[in-house]
Amino acid sequence: MTEVSMAKDAVPAAGEPLVVLDNVNKHFGALHVLQDIDLTIARGEVVVVIGPSGSGKSTLCRAINRLEPIDSGRITLDGKPLPAEGRELAKLRADVGMVFQSFNLFAHKTVLQNVTLGQVKVRKKDKAAAETSARALLDRVGVGNQADKYPAQLSGGQQQRVAIARALAMEPKVMLFDEPTSALDPEMINEVLEVMQQLARDGMTMVVVTHEMGFARSAANRVVFMADGQIVEETTPDQFFTNPRSDRAKDFLSKILHH
Amino acid sequence: MDIISDYDTQILDAFWVTVKLTLLSGLFSLIWGTLLAAMRVSPVPLMRGFGAVYVNVIRNVPLTVIIVFCSLALADVFGVTMGAQGNFDALYFRLAVLGLSAYTAAFVCEALRSGINTVPVGQAEAARAIGLSFTQVLTIIVLPQAFRSVVGPLTNVLIALTKNTTVAAAIGVAEAALLMKEMIENEAQLLLISAIFALGFIVLTLPTGLFLGWVGKKVAVKR
Repeated sequence: MTEVSMAKDAVPAAGEPLVVLDNVNKHFGALHVLQDIDLTIARGEVVVVIGPSGSGKSTLCRAINRLEPIDSGRITLDGKPLPAEGRELAKLRADVGMVFQSFNLFAHKTVLQNVTLGQVKVRKKDKAAAETSARALLDRVGVGNQADKYPAQLSGGQQQRVAIARALAMEPKVMLFDEPTSALDPEMINEVLEVMQQLARDGMTMVVVTHEMGFARSAANRVVFMADGQIVEETTPDQFFTNPRSDRAKDFLSKILHH
Repeated sequence: MDIISDYDTQILDAFWVTVKLTLLSGLFSLIWGTLLAAMRVSPVPLMRGFGAVYVNVIRNVPLTVIIVFCSLALADVFGVTMGAQGNFDALYFRLAVLGLSAYTAAFVCEALRSGINTVPVGQAEAARAIGLSFTQVLTIIVLPQAFRSVVGPLTNVLIALTKNTTVAAAIGVAEAALLMKEMIENEAQLLLISAIFALGFIVLTLPTGLFLGWVGKKVAVKR
């Protein structure tokens, strides 16, 4: 990962590929929101996707578990192509953890029920085993004492950590984070980022769409910079932040880093 | 006040039929209305189409026409017996329940569908993201939240249903309105009789409304 010469394909994915996007295209009406996206994410890799708003980075993230269907191209997870709809797709989604910008905890369920639901209904675990692992996960993300509360009673940071626990409870192969800290008050961002840092250190495969440049620098194996529906630059965090090659990336960084 | 003592058991019996009509039709229309709402939000175009046509036809036909259709067409022409061989009281009671349920279900469906629209789309996305199937997303995540937000509108539907049971008099079901008609013909105390029956319905619907209003507040989903 040291020899970096071209903007694209600069960093070969280390290890075996887990998520592969091959020539993926998507339109929202006239807007070509994903343009010929090729991206390979290796097992255990942390890929941070950054870019200006409207660049397609959230759509990219959501396409990986088919919350956004794509128009053309191929996405494979662990060697298998994404199924179109139905039971097969549901099974695949269970293997892909997703954390949303707006948390999306089930509002009518307690924190504990949020984390046990998928284990019981999808993984068919018995309730006691699901609760044991749910409590362990809630402890791990630091909200173990909130288990019996409802989401609306928690702060944003706590809710997002519960959402991470809910996704982890499915024992996913890869975790997708769609701007997980964008809806948080500034003082709550760090508690969520710390959980994500720990997850990255534990070897979880992660795709993180974020504006947190500090997190990108410290936790990412690779930074993918998107603009106008294209991957403009794909490199190590060091390389990207100290010596971006594309003008678009230079422009973006100058706007967010120097003030 | 002779009239009350003369008719006391009859009045109670008649209102008991009203209550039975209301409860049974309420139950069946809740089930059928929920299924219709599920069809109207389903990804299968045929189901969506059926749900939309059903609701828009049934909702716009007068209840009297539906009840009389149940009696004349289903029972008299097609010989539907609804499991009540020879027992005409039971037959017409069941036909009335059928007609009331079919009619009320359209309103339950639309109330529930508006409730489904109040559930943020992120709830369903998060549910799909952990691998729940369409049916599971609907029954575990979306409908429970939808129901909690439409207790008020469903209460209105139930109160309307309670009063709509009077249409069953059109096919001779011995509920409150039929007795009222009979009493008005036999006795010369129009105002008193009207007042008795008006009061009877208020006794049924007012506590229902208050109770369900309390339930609605209690189960509301906090976001």
